[in-house]
Amino acid sequence: MIPDLGKYAGAVLSSYAISVVLLAGLIALSLWRGARVRRQLDEMESRRKTDG
Amino acid sequence: MIALLTRDLALAIRAGGGFGLGLAFFLIVVVLVPFGVGPESAILSAIAPGILWVGALLACLLSLDRIFALDFEDGSLDLLATAPIPLEGVVAMKAAAHWVTTGLPLTLAAPGLGLLLNLDPAAYGWLVLSLGLGTPALSMIGTFGAALTVGLKRGGLLLSLLVLPLYVPTLIFGAETVGRGAAGLATATPVLMLAGITLAALALLPFAAAAAIRINLR
Amino acid sequence: MSLWEYANPQKFMRTSGALLPFVWIATAACLGVGLVWGFFLTPEAENFGSTVKIIYLHVPAAMMAINAWVMMLVTSLIWLIRRHHVSALASRAAAPIGLTMTVIALVTGAIWGEPMWGTYWAWDPRLTSFLILFLFYLGYIALWEAIENPDAAADLTSVLCIVGSVFALLSRYAVNFWNQGLHQGATLSLDKEENIANVYWLPLLICLAGFVLLFVALVLVRTRTEIRARRIKALVTRERMA
Repeated sequence: MIPDLGKYAGAVLSSYAISVVLLAGLIALSLWRGARVRRQLDEMESRRKTDG
Repeated sequence: MIALLTRDLALAIRAGGGFGLGLAFFLIVVVLVPFGVGPESAILSAIAPGILWVGALLACLLSLDRIFALDFEDGSLDLLATAPIPLEGVVAMKAAAHWVTTGLPLTLAAPGLGLLLNLDPAAYGWLVLSLGLGTPALSMIGTFGAALTVGLKRGGLLLSLLVLPLYVPTLIFGAETVGRGAAGLATATPVLMLAGITLAALALLPFAAAAAIRINLR
Repeated sequence: MSLWEYANPQKFMRTSGALLPFVWIATAACLGVGLVWGFFLTPEAENFGSTVKIIYLHVPAAMMAINAWVMMLVTSLIWLIRRHHVSALASRAAAPIGLTMTVIALVTGAIWGEPMWGTYWAWDPRLTSFLILFLFYLGYIALWEAIENPDAAADLTSVLCIVGSVFALLSRYAVNFWNQGLHQGATLSLDKEENIANVYWLPLLICLAGFVLLFVALVLVRTRTEIRARRIKALVTRERMA
């Protein structure tokens, strides 16, 4: 499955791992905060509608 | 504008510490370095240009947050902003006052501290010249940073974070001048670049700093 | 019909919302194809061994780190000149992405440097410039976080971004002068002839496209979040006033 990386396997794999983790973290954080803020806003909007 | 300069200078002197603190800090940094790297004079003289420049830069940084803070708190910054002289001029005078109270004494004290670090004799002239040329840029850039953070309560640390990356070119050319002077190499390029940075900073940054103050006072 | 229509937050929200799924799909496709191709299907390079595969992360990340700053500069200018809130918020949204890209470029570069140059870090002009860029991103983000008033924050960070751009360029040349480097020249240029061999070129191109798309997708998501957060803030203030 994983190609033979020779003696540099550690370097290649770790750089891929770190990059993927960082990117995934950034994406997850962005989406998570996006979803949270959207929920909060929806809640406020609906409250405003029922109030007013 | 002259009146403003003398007022700031008088305030700095009367408050005490204006001249003293920066200089004392510079002295302490320079004294601490040999404790860190060991007393061999060959090593010390190799790193002396860098240490002296970094020390001067950090000493400059210390007093930056006071440039506008007091005037902002007691409201005189609002008065200055509505005064007939342009805010850009006010900012330039503030930077000048900062330079006279920190940059100039640092420049004058540097040769004495160079002695402590076993600086190459050929480099003393370049040290004074490069600090004399470079510290106005440090004051002006720092004034811009202070203008950005003037309204903030915990602005001090943020100010360092904002200003230090902006100091990089000045530091590189300044230390390079001294290093090349010590090694007996041609120094024309870094000296000219240093002077260029200073002049450009003095010409352009007052506008940016004044814009930042107007935003902060809005 | 012009670009400035998107200065209207509602219009921006509608269009970006409709656009986002496609951008995400394209991102996933490009990154998937490019990285899998690059990782599994390219041969080892003569003098790099298998480390050549790092290029598919290193070069796109480095490129986006710089392009993100350029985008922030443009949006900052638009905000200062035309006062479009979406522009300022997009600038804010882009900064953490640029920061992450800078970190990826630095880390993969360090990991790559160890077997190739025998050191993780060298004070090479390109490396040093990236470290300085990293500091600029930190300062910019910190300034956004520190200021309460959103308009003042947008104004001040824009001013910082413009001044910072000038100094970042200046640092780039100062650092060049300060130390001659280990880093090889540009991997990519418009003139394809002098570039790396074709086997590596195509997957790299796809990865570059993937990173650009990822950046666009993330900027859209984060800008939408910022717009919503701004709206929440406005509603809270209004409720307090009432």
